[in-house]
Order: sequence, then C-alpha cells, then structure tokens
Amino acid sequence: MKARGLSLTLLFALFVALLAACGSQPAAPAGQSGAADAPTTAAADAPTTAAELPTPVPIPTEAVASVGTGATRIEWWHINTQEDQRAVWEEMANAFVAQNPDVSIEITVLENEAFKAKLATAMQSGNPPDIFQSWGGGVLKQYGDAGLVQDLSAALQEDGWGASFSQGPLGLYTFDGATYGVPWNAGMVGFWYNTALFEQAGISAPPTTWTEFLQTVQTLKDAGITPIALGEKDKWPGHFYWVYLATRIGGREAFERAYNREGTFADPPFVEAGVRLKELVDLEPFQPGFLGAGYGDHQAVMANGQAAMELMGQWAPGANGGVAEDPEAYEATLGWFPFPTIEGGAGDPSDALGGGDGFAIGKDAPPEAIEFLKFLTSAENQRTLVKAGMAGTPSIVAALDAVESPLLREIFERASQAKYYQLYYDQYLPPAVGQTVNDATQALFAGTATPEEVARMIEESAAFELQP
Amino acid sequence: MAQPSSRVARQLAVSQRSRVRWSQAATIAGFLLPAAILYIGLVLLPVVQAIYYSFFCWNGLGPLEQFIGLANYVRILGDSAFRGALGHNLQIVVLSLAFQLPLSLGLALLLRELGRGQAIFRTIFFLPWVLSEVVTGVIWTLVYRPQGGLINALIQAVVPGAPETAFLADPQTVLYALFVVITWKYFGYHMILYIAGLQNIPAEIEEAAAIDGCSRLQTLRYITLPLLGGTIRLSIYLSVLGSLQFFDLIWVMTTGGPVGASDTMATYLYKYGFQRFQLGYGSAVAAILFLICFSFSLVYQRFAMRRDFE
Repeated sequence: MKARGLSLTLLFALFVALLAACGSQPAAPAGQSGAADAPTTAAADAPTTAAELPTPVPIPTEAVASVGTGATRIEWWHINTQEDQRAVWEEMANAFVAQNPDVSIEITVLENEAFKAKLATAMQSGNPPDIFQSWGGGVLKQYGDAGLVQDLSAALQEDGWGASFSQGPLGLYTFDGATYGVPWNAGMVGFWYNTALFEQAGISAPPTTWTEFLQTVQTLKDAGITPIALGEKDKWPGHFYWVYLATRIGGREAFERAYNREGTFADPPFVEAGVRLKELVDLEPFQPGFLGAGYGDHQAVMANGQAAMELMGQWAPGANGGVAEDPEAYEATLGWFPFPTIEGGAGDPSDALGGGDGFAIGKDAPPEAIEFLKFLTSAENQRTLVKAGMAGTPSIVAALDAVESPLLREIFERASQAKYYQLYYDQYLPPAVGQTVNDATQALFAGTATPEEVARMIEESAAFELQP
Repeated sequence: MAQPSSRVARQLAVSQRSRVRWSQAATIAGFLLPAAILYIGLVLLPVVQAIYYSFFCWNGLGPLEQFIGLANYVRILGDSAFRGALGHNLQIVVLSLAFQLPLSLGLALLLRELGRGQAIFRTIFFLPWVLSEVVTGVIWTLVYRPQGGLINALIQAVVPGAPETAFLADPQTVLYALFVVITWKYFGYHMILYIAGLQNIPAEIEEAAAIDGCSRLQTLRYITLPLLGGTIRLSIYLSVLGSLQFFDLIWVMTTGGPVGASDTMATYLYKYGFQRFQLGYGSAVAAILFLICFSFSLVYQRFAMRRDFE
C-alpha cells in the first residue's frame, strides 16, 4: 500500500503543476498577446487606426451587410471589424446609396488575417472585389501588373480629387504614372517616448542625431530604465530601425537605385545602416526577452511605463492606450520625436518612413465604385473618420482641422512635408523581399548575422525577385 | 454430341459468371465511388498539382509561365534555413521518442497500479490533448513570458533577484522550451493509447508469470512490454509523423523564430510559400515534406508494423 500512496502523491503533484499552468493566464486579452495571430508585415498587421486594436470582445472573422437595392452592385471589403467603426462605414454607404438610388453596396467586413487570406484567393482566381483594403506598395503593384486593379489616374485629375490628398501618402499607390488606389489615412513612424521616464533619467530634450540618441539610450540604462520596447518576434517592429537608418544614410537615391536594379541592397548605405543599428543593439537597450516578444507584449511594456521609447507609427497611442493599466497616465506622459538624423547621411532630415490604409478598385468594378471611393475620401467624411478614431492622421489635407492631438498634428505635418515619403519596405517591396528584410534584420537584432550578411541576404532576394 | 453441348454449357457458365461479376463490380464501384472521388479530388489531385507547381517559378497570381525544372528543389536543398528546419524536425522526433513516449508509457503503467481514482487521473492527464493547439500555445507563451510569467515568478520566488529568463527568445533554448510544451500537450494522447493496449493484455498471463516466480520488473520486461508491442509501434509511428509535420503550436508561440531557431519544415513551407507569395517554391517544399513522410510511412509499415497487421 505504501507504493500506492507514493504514486498517488506523485500524481497529485503533477496535477497541481498542470492546474498552475492553466491558471496562470494574465489579464491580457488573447487578441493582443500577439501570439494568436501570425503577423507578417508592418502595415498589414499594425493596428491600422487609433482605436482599432484592443478589442476585448471576440470579433467575428467575417460579416456581410447589404445596403441599398439598386441594380448596380458594388462589392466592398474592409477590415474595420470593431462595431462602432463598422457602423461608420455603413452609415457612409447608406448616405451614398441615398444619393444614388440605382446603386447597392454589399459590405464584407473581414478580420485582418482573414482578409489577406481571402483576398489572395480572390486575386488568384481573377475575381477581385470592387473596393478593397490596400496598403499600397509592391503588393498593390503586383496586382496592378497582373491587371487585377483599375488605374484611377483619370478620375484623380477630375474635380481636384487627386490634389485634395496629402501627396506623399498618395504616392504609395502610384507606380509608373498609374495610381491603383487612394489612402484614407496616413502617418509616419517616429519615436514615441515616456516624458516621465526621460525626466527621471535627467534628459531635458529628445535627441536629434544618432549619436545623441545612443547617448540618450545609455543615460536611460544608467538610470536603471529599459530604454526601448521592441516586439521582435513579429519582425516588422524591428525592421523600422534598419529601413529608417538606410533612408537617412542613403536617401531616396540609394533605395531607388537598388529598387530599379541600377544599384544593389548590398551597397555601402545599406551595410552602413546595419553597422549603425548594431551600435544600438550592442547597447542592449531592449526589454528582456524582446526576441520572443510579439507586438502585443511590446505594447504592454510601453503602455505600462516599463520602457522609455518605441519606434512606431501613428497608431501607437490609440493602440497602447487600450492595453495601459492607467490610460490617463500613459497619455499624460506621451511625447514624440522624429527619427534622429545621421551625421553626413545623404537623406534629407525631413524624409519620412510611413504608410497607412487605403482602398483599391478591382478590375471589374462599375464606374460607380470610383464615385463611391471619392465620396469616402471627401473632406467631410474624412473628418468623420478622424473623430471616430479611424484616421488618427487623415489623408485629405482639408480634414486636418479635425485632428485634436498636437502630436498627431505634428506627424501629419511632417508626413505631408516630407521631401521623400518611404513606405515600409515590407509593403513596398515584393512580399518575398519584404519578408527577407524582416528576417535579416531580426538576425541582426539576435546577433546571428553581421551588417554585411544582412545586406547580402536582402540583395540576394531582391536580385531574384526584382529581375526586370 | 458431347463436345458442342459442353461448349454451350461452358459458354453459358462463362456468361453467367461474367454477369455475376458485372453486377458485383457495379455494387463495389457504387460503394467505392463516392469515397474514391473524394480521395482523388481532395488528396491525390492536390498532391499531383503541387508537384506540378513545384517545377515553376510562380507567385500564385496569373498564369503558370516560368518553367524552371528542378531549380526550386536545388534552392531548397541549398538553403541553410531549410536544412535547419529539417534538423529541428529530426530533433523533435528524437526527443519525442526518447522522453515523451517513455513518460507516457510510465504513466500508463503507474495508472494501472492505481485502483480507485484511475479514471480521474486519466482524465486529467488527457486534458491537455483536448485543448486546441492555439489555446495551448497562447497559455504557454504567457507561462514563459519574461515580464511576470509563471516560470519567472517561480524562479524569482526561489532565488530573489534572479535575472528574467526568456526561454522562447533565446535561439539556444527555444526548441527545448517548445518541446516541453509539446510533451505536455501530447503525452496524454499516447498514454491513452498505452492504457488501451494494457487493457487488452489478459491478466491471466501476468498472473501466471507471477506464479512462476517472475519479479515485477521481469513481468514488465518479458510479458507486458512484448504484448504491448503493437501499441508501442503504432504510437511511435504517429509520433514520428506528427513531429515531421509539426506546425500549429510552434507557429502560435514563436512563428519559427527567433532567427529561424524553431522553424520546422511546415513553418518554413508557410513562410516561403504563402507569406512570400512563392507558391512554386512552397509547393516544392511541400513535395519534399510529402516524400519524407511517405517514405518513412512505407518503410516503417513494411518493416516494423507488418506483423501487427498479419
């Protein structure tokens, strides 16, 4: 009987261990842990609008609503699954149908990942929806080259539609004179920082050059503060650093030469970008375990004051506010500064890395679809989007007056005044090259590849994918 | 007149037999056809299609134009990331066979000793297997989390001020950390297989062995395990195939990272085939994965499992 007692005790101990494992789930909703979804690219996976990300309620992956009874049917796919945001789009559809009774609009709302999967299938079968979410860049260009989306150039020239946009962001949808879509919000990547932690470390002004930036990082470290939050498991948050450095060092010219295959991604500016990034990585400025942390962890660290800075897009405040234990404290200590300049770099200090959401028009769409898109990007509707938190920074210049946050206004100004507006590489470049950029930069963060190797990996992929 | 009559008889017999065969064949076909159509349409055809795609450079959009022969295969075999992924698969196979299955077997034997309460523990041990892979992945990601995760909390309770550990973030430890989860998730399944196997062993044989003077260890070694052979061979088979195709849990927890340190062939396939829009290349990876699993399956069934079927 002794043996049985022993085995019972043993089993009980195992049982307790199992229960402990099950019960240890902190409060973070599953959708934000960053673990449940499969993030691939920056723009596509970052929460696209200020209030979109933190949804504690489970969201359906697909929902369909039909608006109007007209004979001309417009099929519209968007990814704003949050109830209030869906309602905003639906109201706009209703308003359009009221003015155009011969039109009916079928709205399909898809969760981000589900959207990408479904769109890929639709594209492969040659049946794109009439209006659908797009982030511009190389992915959209691929659709354009395959003749799956319509060129909107002619429509943009009518009635000053094209001129009403912030031009940098619109450029992300334009290739060789053809414009395959328009943005409905746009912003740029920069450093969001915690003013209280900066003060605590005795830093009076945010850094403006890379050297100052490295000093700031060191000062924060010396003060016992984790300088930077980074969710490098998802790769895209880290790729911002390398791309921004390449943009500062090589400027527009280096990128365009490499992209047009007059130069390469193994050219000195791109190697130099890695060298500079390595300077930062060597300071070990990131929170412990950053290589295994997803964007959700990244947000939680930043939102709860556990790190002083993050390099992130305009959606960061809205997204982080939703996971902060004390959202008011988070917002009260929020600051922003642009990516530091590099001494002697060829890039203009105003050059910006950014992106946003947009819509493209499928090849078989009726002309009314373009009219509807014009309607959606009218100044009035843009203001509605800004107020609904769907466009923290709008894409229409006239709608800026609706933006209240001074930080977001600054971002809008800088994005629209940028001499060169660079879309995230992982969206601009063909998907294979974009993923390679993400993989290669992750290796740099992990210390498993040298700057030269990183540049060479990217170049190898580019050489294969960008053949004329 | 014997000859003609016998010929007639023979012809009659033949025609009757063939008529019988025809109607039999029709019945067989009628029953087999639905399954056969499904199997051909959903299994064989896609396999053939994937093999066909694997000879092209194709992004999944537009027509198949760029025939490149075996270039995809050459690139895959030359890619250190793929060889790494294959290595990780093999590591998981070895670890599973070395730790997970013996653990399951041990627990099954232990449970058998237990009189009352057996059902409760069987249920508890089986529970992780019932959870979906995604749920398991999310839970364990939180357990491993450096900021306030269970493991760190435990370590710091024992050793105050110990540095935070991040097993999933370190390329050196990530695969082992994942293996712990894989074991947690699947040991219950194999345990149930073994329990079922053990129940099929007549108690009389073991009793007879005991009466003949076998110690408990000897009984286990010479009676129980050999009689459990069929189950063990099946469990090894399932474990190896599962390990070779492993995807969900790893994808949820690490997406194959950091820097590919936990990539398996399946995560590699997903990354290169779908995320990068290289469907031709991805198809070639799928073909290789299929070939590996298929040949293992054939060889194992031919040499290890044949006696179980005869």
